[in-house]
Amino acid sequence: MAIENQYEYVKAKNLDEVVGLLQRFKNAVILSGGTDLVELLKTGAVHPDVVIDIKGLDFLKDIRLGNNILWIGAGVTFSELIDSEIINEHFPIIAEMSKTVASVGIRNRATMVGNICSAVPCMDSGPVLSVYKARIITDGQIGERQIPIEQWFVGNRKTALFKNEIVKGISIPVPDKKHSGCFVKLRRYSGEDLAQVNLAILAFDDYSFRITFGAVAPTPVRAMRIERLINRMKLVPELMEKAQQLVEDDIAPITDIRATKEYRLHMAKVMLERGLNAALDRLNGGGPAYGKSVI
Amino acid sequence: MKKEIGFLLNGERRTIEVSPSEILLEVLRDRLGLNSPKCGCDRGDCGTCSVMINGKTVRSCLVLAIEVEDQEVVTLEGIMQNGLTPLQESFLKHNSFQCGFCAPGVILSTTELLAKNPHPNKEEIQEAIAGNLCRCTGYSPIIDAVVDLVK
Ligand code: FES
Ligand code: FES
Repeated sequence: MAIENQYEYVKAKNLDEVVGLLQRFKNAVILSGGTDLVELLKTGAVHPDVVIDIKGLDFLKDIRLGNNILWIGAGVTFSELIDSEIINEHFPIIAEMSKTVASVGIRNRATMVGNICSAVPCMDSGPVLSVYKARIITDGQIGERQIPIEQWFVGNRKTALFKNEIVKGISIPVPDKKHSGCFVKLRRYSGEDLAQVNLAILAFDDYSFRITFGAVAPTPVRAMRIERLINRMKLVPELMEKAQQLVEDDIAPITDIRATKEYRLHMAKVMLERGLNAALDRLNGGGPAYGKSVI
Repeated sequence: MKKEIGFLLNGERRTIEVSPSEILLEVLRDRLGLNSPKCGCDRGDCGTCSVMINGKTVRSCLVLAIEVEDQEVVTLEGIMQNGLTPLQESFLKHNSFQCGFCAPGVILSTTELLAKNPHPNKEEIQEAIAGNLCRCTGYSPIIDAVVDLVK
């Protein structure tokens, strides 16, 4: 399908140029991997007057770890995350999540920053960035902003990004306690599919937890009630059962083309139990290998 | 605003004038005469339009032609410039394809896999072609051919 709308295309050479263009044009869009954008251009859902390609900006390709902060630049693809030593060694849950995103041909192009800018409710990056308390670093005419992940997603496909801003990257603090975690994704078949429900869990060695569900609401949902119930407790079967009951209070999924709300709720409980067990087992040096699905 | 872009296509330097709204898949097929990438879904789901950019498979239905300026693009035609590859011989031997519509994409995906990992296990092979939909074969003969080749 051809793209009907005509626009200018600029391959940006530096950040100033991007910021200038975002200011000058009323309807500018940023292009990195294009796996979402080109589809939106074809259907006419977006009709920019300029498309700013940022793939030439080498400094956006960085995956860096320093001062206990991980930096993932806006140009980093899911394939690059999967292949990164830093990610596999220090943030294996990010690799585990990245491996579930679409297929190799998409992951070779699609970026994590693009994923959270599209902010489709079933995105896989959201829950993981939520449990890591990531910050989204933006730039624009008003200067740099650091937006905590819980303020980033504001609705279905809506983020806190202003119209004339660009996301430079994501910064993630290394948790200061020993921890482990798990990413669980429910889909209709193994292989390429969007999430019906997804779930990220961090388990710390003081038995506190961070738990975030995705694809069950317009934005990722931190399961605060469940966390409060189980933090610093021994996860005996009775407590696990109570935690599973709380799933119904913490999330409110809908019925859509991929699953009914009843199925999502039921499976979210199963995923919670298996994810918590896997995260705790990994914390103790065992558990399933990263990337091995627990459902 | 049309722009003349130059890029490497199957090892050969090509220049062509494109408008920023032209899709790479359409430029390759309709203007440069390369028929191996095919339009299946036109939205990134099926993998029949796969080509390689700088050695990595991408969906050419989701790439603007103008994006490949100064990049290296390889299609199946480029992979088999010196005849069938061992991988293709193995697909032939196993009668892996029926209609063949998915074949160029599958061959590119597995070529990419083998370049990175010469001895993948079955799971890794399945993962590599998870984004290449085949409506005929049920995938078994495709996977068997790769397993046979790397064993
Ligand atoms: S035609 Fe490009 S992925 Fe289907
Ligand atoms: S052989 Fe027909 S689609 Fe694969």
